Amino acid sequence: MPAVSKGDGMRGLAVFISDIRNCKSKEAEIKRINKELANIRSKFKGDKALDGYSKKKYVCKLLFIFLLGHDIDFGHMEAVNLLSSNRYTEKQIGYLFISVLVNSNSELIRLINNAIKNDLASRNPTFMGLALHCIANVGSREMAEAFAGEVPKILVAGDTMDSVKQSAALCLLRLYRTSPDLVPMGDWTSRVVHLLNDQHLGVVTAATSLITTLAQKNPEEFKTSVSLAVSRLSRIVTSASTDLQDYTYYFVPAPWLSVKLLRLLQCYPPPEDPAVRGRLTECLETILNKAQEPPKSKKVQHSNAKNAVLFEAISLIIHHDSEPNLLVRACNQLGQFLQHRETNLRYLALESMCTLASSEFSHEAVKTHIDTVINALKTERDVSVRQRAVDLLYAMCDRSNAQQIVAEMLSYLETADYSIREEIVLKVAILAEKYAVDYAWYVDTILNLIRIAGDYVSEEVWYRVIQIVINRDDVQGYAAKTVFEALQAPACHENLVKVGGYILGEFGNLIAGDPRSSPLVQFNLLHSKFHLCSVPTRALLLSTYIKFVNLFPEVKTTIQDVLRSDSQLKNADVELQQRAVEYLRLSTVASTDILATVLEEMPPFPERESSILAKLKKKKGPSTVTDLEDTKRERSVDVNGGPEPAPASTSAASTPSPSADLLGLGAAPAAPAGPPPSSGGGLLVDVFSDSASAVAPLAPGSEDNFARFVCKNNGVLFENQLLQIGLKSEFRQNLGRMFIFYGNKTSTQFLNFTPTLICPDDLQSRLNLQTKPVDPTVDGGAQVQQVVNIECVSDFTEAPVLNIQFRYGGTFQNVSVQLPITLNKFFQPTEMSSQDFFQRWKQLSNPQQEVQNIFKAKHPMDTEITKAKIIGFGSALLEEVDPNPANFVGAGIIHTKTTQIGCLLRLEPNLQAQMYRLTLRTSKETVSQRLCELLSQQF
Amino acid sequence: GVLEGPGTECAIRFILIQNRAGKTRLAKWYMQFDDDEKQKLIEEVHAVVTVRDAKHTNFVEFRNFKIIYRRYAGLYFCICVDVNDNNLAYLEAIHNFVEVLNEYFHNVCELDLVFNFYKVYTVVDEMFLAGEIRETSQTKVLKQLLMLQSLE
Repeated sequence: MPAVSKGDGMRGLAVFISDIRNCKSKEAEIKRINKELANIRSKFKGDKALDGYSKKKYVCKLLFIFLLGHDIDFGHMEAVNLLSSNRYTEKQIGYLFISVLVNSNSELIRLINNAIKNDLASRNPTFMGLALHCIANVGSREMAEAFAGEVPKILVAGDTMDSVKQSAALCLLRLYRTSPDLVPMGDWTSRVVHLLNDQHLGVVTAATSLITTLAQKNPEEFKTSVSLAVSRLSRIVTSASTDLQDYTYYFVPAPWLSVKLLRLLQCYPPPEDPAVRGRLTECLETILNKAQEPPKSKKVQHSNAKNAVLFEAISLIIHHDSEPNLLVRACNQLGQFLQHRETNLRYLALESMCTLASSEFSHEAVKTHIDTVINALKTERDVSVRQRAVDLLYAMCDRSNAQQIVAEMLSYLETADYSIREEIVLKVAILAEKYAVDYAWYVDTILNLIRIAGDYVSEEVWYRVIQIVINRDDVQGYAAKTVFEALQAPACHENLVKVGGYILGEFGNLIAGDPRSSPLVQFNLLHSKFHLCSVPTRALLLSTYIKFVNLFPEVKTTIQDVLRSDSQLKNADVELQQRAVEYLRLSTVASTDILATVLEEMPPFPERESSILAKLKKKKGPSTVTDLEDTKRERSVDVNGGPEPAPASTSAASTPSPSADLLGLGAAPAAPAGPPPSSGGGLLVDVFSDSASAVAPLAPGSEDNFARFVCKNNGVLFENQLLQIGLKSEFRQNLGRMFIFYGNKTSTQFLNFTPTLICPDDLQSRLNLQTKPVDPTVDGGAQVQQVVNIECVSDFTEAPVLNIQFRYGGTFQNVSVQLPITLNKFFQPTEMSSQDFFQRWKQLSNPQQEVQNIFKAKHPMDTEITKAKIIGFGSALLEEVDPNPANFVGAGIIHTKTTQIGCLLRLEPNLQAQMYRLTLRTSKETVSQRLCELLSQQF
Repeated sequence: GVLEGPGTECAIRFILIQNRAGKTRLAKWYMQFDDDEKQKLIEEVHAVVTVRDAKHTNFVEFRNFKIIYRRYAGLYFCICVDVNDNNLAYLEAIHNFVEVLNEYFHNVCELDLVFNFYKVYTVVDEMFLAGEIRETSQTKVLKQLLMLQSLE
């Protein structure tokens, strides 16, 4: 094995590094560096031509200085010169300098690209490797322009050395990631897929990463990778621990490659070919079996490598979500890990189980581990493990265990780390609301939350409890009694005073009959807290007092005395003073009737998405809140009380379109008389079954759900108590493919199951949708899949509607949702420089080309989230283009069959006003208009 | 079902080797960051990693990513990856890398990384490229490094 002495080959460099290390102070270091920089500069400028060795040494010193954190503004040319050296060590230092100090000087770029070109053509594998690594490390657009054609050729050429192939595969991956538009698919793609069969496992390892990324964007073209990946995986997992020699790591055959293959398979649904599917199932079973075998080594490396493969296999099982047997086995395996002595494994098991909890096949199996998880909450030393335990309890929560889980979370809250308290508060509040069968329990829980962690109870939480109490008259008396009792505590949290003040102001009369909580007692109790409270709470209490004047005429004079006191009427705070003056006047001049009208009980709040849920989503980031949370929300509509949301009936789909017959609706079973109108709390679908039209109006919340898919492609589109509709879609240029998954959530068959795609007239000529009918019978618990091939012919505005009709038990079900196929899905991002951007921007200055919208922020104005949304929208996010760094600019091309439309966008946030200005410029007015509408909804 | 597949961005965002005092011994970036941002990341990583002890996991949530790290004597080897990447695979990728360094430098120590920083980059590029794992066989990597060494 090579022995490497310190800095061998470059004595001067070693001496310099030693000098720097010996510097006693920052100043001494800077002095030494400046001396060296002066020396190098003079050598580079000197008359005497430097030999390759000296050049290498000086360039290497400059690199070292740069890595210490000092600016380097010369030496680039010398580094570029090193690239054309024939000596490996000189070339290597040249390439390293260039990769680390990327420079945008165009003359240099030309020279660098030239040197790379020569090395790629050299047929010297070492030089080719250096050149490919340089492209992979820099990955600039200029390099993509120069080499995106060449690299695939090197990758698939028959005579390319294995190590060069490995580098070429990943080099191409880098270029594809940074400039996908410059890497055209071609003959090479099918040959790349066959690299999965390569004899050299290093080549397979590199190629699998490339194929995975390509397959995510072009699933159709890389479909054959599925069977190849399955057979490769199968050969690995069934091999003896010594078969793969170099690629066996602590007795585990090719663990990293196995993980990569399992991730590649997660780009696709379960294989359709039964033989492939069977083989994959065998692989997954083998991996699960191996987890039960005694370890071949006691080393942690052995168990880590083995479990890396196991966890990835479990991810694939969860991704497929189709084999109940595997899901339950995965759950049992994770259950064992929950009690493992290794913290890493306990953490990962909790995390992985969280996703298992959302599969209907394994939800029940996950629930059996509740005691272990609760124990983890109490005993784990690492806060991040406790955090995962909280997440898992939240995910496994349902009506059957909500009371236990909420109680455990509340008790954990007493000692929980400050960093996770707010999140636990939100989770408890959501669960308490979602699974409240008994609203007294809900009120108790929220008051407990305030008592235990008042500081972490955000406004959203106490607003919500008030909304709910106001909307449910059966709980109002209990709520009044409970807050009254809670307020007895000598020191209670200000949030409790707010809730108490509000609720007693509305419903204090419900407990006033009891002399222990007579009007005067209530008032005195609240007023005893008044002076300890902040201004907003005092303002709220003043409103409570004037409400008392209406509710309880007997305390009117007492309250008027309070309002009249100097501390109120002459309060330094304008808001308090104004309230005191106005309320006092109101109580004096208004008749009882007027008072009763003005101070009437609050009307019920319109039902809306829980503000708490919105807050949790914001906290966890949009990507990390699972769809389960959204779907659970849908299910819980009936518990929330208040009026059922009225179906939105604004869409054209609510009247049968003239084309309905063409779409086979005439053949659909005629709606029977329908079940008797459901009494409150019935299934949402019942709302539609009386509908006279053949196609149901859009389901409630459909519009919101639609908007959520503008910037993402996968997720749950619709869910009620019977049916879940999931989507997974991918788009490339003007083509797309959408997998629609219909899940029967009940244990009863759906009959005559007929999903139909409906395009309004105008849309039909613009958007071409092809699909096949699905099996009309969907078994209980089963999921069926429908593939829609999409072609964008020309730009469009409306969205197709998916109508689903089926029979469940004795009833006819009819659901319609908008299918989120939107114009922006056909975006290809375009990177461009600031100069290019503004030049094109000016070219599109015709008033019809620009559409602008100024709107209020609906979500918190978070830079990272905004960036993610713009990227999710499909355009490139251009950094350092807008002179104002707070603005966002993007560029891309909308691909339609007939034409391509270049689009530029600019989003200007105004934090102070909580507003945005969004400007779209494209060559086509309708495109600017539609993109602007779609993107405006997202912020 | 859960439909989201793995993300399309690169897996590894950066690799850092730092000592307990926070001195960087290797920084390899697989995403574009400007110099100020790099410095900030280096400091943040140091702050989150050094407060953890042996009872903690080898994983830390970090901004929108996660850090997989392992401590060897006074050095922290940290890899920043996507939240849905495979923790244990990267944890062992670190160990595999350390074993290669150990073999290559004959019982590697911090000073080897300082004086041979330009060689460490070569080792990294052999094992990780474009944010992905390139080669995992220690035998193959060391054979290649030995060959390159002979060209000096």
